[in-house]
Amino acid sequence: MNFWERLYLPAIFQGMGITFKHMFKKKETIFYPEFEREFSENWRGMHSLKRDEEGRERCTACGLCALSCPAEAITMIAAERQKGEETLYREEKYAAVYEINMLRCIFCGLCEEACPKEAIYLDGPIVPADYLRKDFIYGKDKLVEESMKVQQN
Amino acid sequence: MSEKVKVTIDGITVEVEPGTSILNAARQIGGDIVPPAMCYYSKLEGSGGKCRTCLVKVSKGSEKDPRPMPKLVASCRTGVMDGMEVQNITSPEVIEARKGVVEILLINHPLDCPICDQAGECHLQDLSFEHGVGNSRYEFDRRTFEKIDIGEKIQLHMTRCILCYRCVYVANQITDNRMHGILGRGDASEISTYIEKAIENDFSGNVIDVCPVGALTDKTFRFKNRVWFTKPVDAHRDCPTCKGKVTLWYKGDEVLRVTGRKDQFGEVEDFICNTCRFETKNTSSWIIEGPRHIAQTSVISSNHYEFVPLPVIKENQVLIEANKIEFERATKI
Repeated sequence: MNFWERLYLPAIFQGMGITFKHMFKKKETIFYPEFEREFSENWRGMHSLKRDEEGRERCTACGLCALSCPAEAITMIAAERQKGEETLYREEKYAAVYEINMLRCIFCGLCEEACPKEAIYLDGPIVPADYLRKDFIYGKDKLVEESMKVQQN
Repeated sequence: MSEKVKVTIDGITVEVEPGTSILNAARQIGGDIVPPAMCYYSKLEGSGGKCRTCLVKVSKGSEKDPRPMPKLVASCRTGVMDGMEVQNITSPEVIEARKGVVEILLINHPLDCPICDQAGECHLQDLSFEHGVGNSRYEFDRRTFEKIDIGEKIQLHMTRCILCYRCVYVANQITDNRMHGILGRGDASEISTYIEKAIENDFSGNVIDVCPVGALTDKTFRFKNRVWFTKPVDAHRDCPTCKGKVTLWYKGDEVLRVTGRKDQFGEVEDFICNTCRFETKNTSSWIIEGPRHIAQTSVISSNHYEFVPLPVIKENQVLIEANKIEFERATKI
């Protein structure tokens, strides 16, 4: 090494120069969750149980999503629609309990493809983090889409 | 008995008793060449000849008269002749005809499989999956009926009925006096009880087992669970009225449904009584024989184990102890 190289100063300033250059570059990070990145069109996020044009739940608890689920994350209990509930549920059978274990779910989208009633879609945001395992079991309160009356208000 | 006759079905020769139908001869061979049957039921005398799904082509009538039969014949109703040659899946004509038959059967059948309790063990579902075309050319409204309760335990969805008459034969032959039959003719015919009379008989529940579709279903199992989530287990008990050999359908520790034991052709081995079917739904009254064998092609075979699966945690005391501590911690939270 010669004298300049032994001083190390040029190398230090060269490194500092790179650091300064990066201060004026566009940032790659974003402030999640205040800002969110744009997702691709076929992004699969949290599930939502859809309603039809009249605001009735589409799901009829046929169990095909649970059958197709490779992670066995979905469970449901069916119930029969009573008289007077025609505005709530589209078919004569409906899911009284519908649970997805988000820790088991691998977001493969097979449930979406299996559904004969177009009731489940993985069109939601990223499933948020939590502290307890039991809070990752999402019931109908979190999954069912808001009814249209609520949406309009 | 007289000599056995030789019959060749799809190139496979079998010797059967004279008087056997082509369908039963094919069943003796077994495998893919067995024609599907929606209305024929070997345990019910006189059944068959209604649905036309078992149509086959007879390319050689017999040794004495080798002319082929002019039209496709219903194999459940046609007896075998010596030297007969039959084509089932090797004949494109038969495959084409079967497609048409499925389309006809589905004209009035509703597409409510997601709701129907029979889905997963429905013969019409299997048939249309295997032989049907995806669409229908029928443009008119399907005929619809209200649900009828036949007694407390059986529900009739006339909309789903394909008029196979099996349940009528059950009522005629198994039970003492028939209380339901078919009213009306042609397109207007429907299964009904006279003045909606409840069927009061020990063996009336068997109409549920013989029904190839979901027209007659168990009300005690209605919407309880899908059949492919329940685990079939063979069991028997000392029953004064029937043989007591049944299949129990478990979900967890609970018996959701009791049915007769169905063989590979979907026919029950023994008819069971209503006490076994509807009223003894606790494990303690049954002697368990073991898991029921389910064909690999059935949806019910998903997650169905016919052996005891190996334990996940083997005899490691440290791991078992750690599991207990972890479990306690989780339950506290």
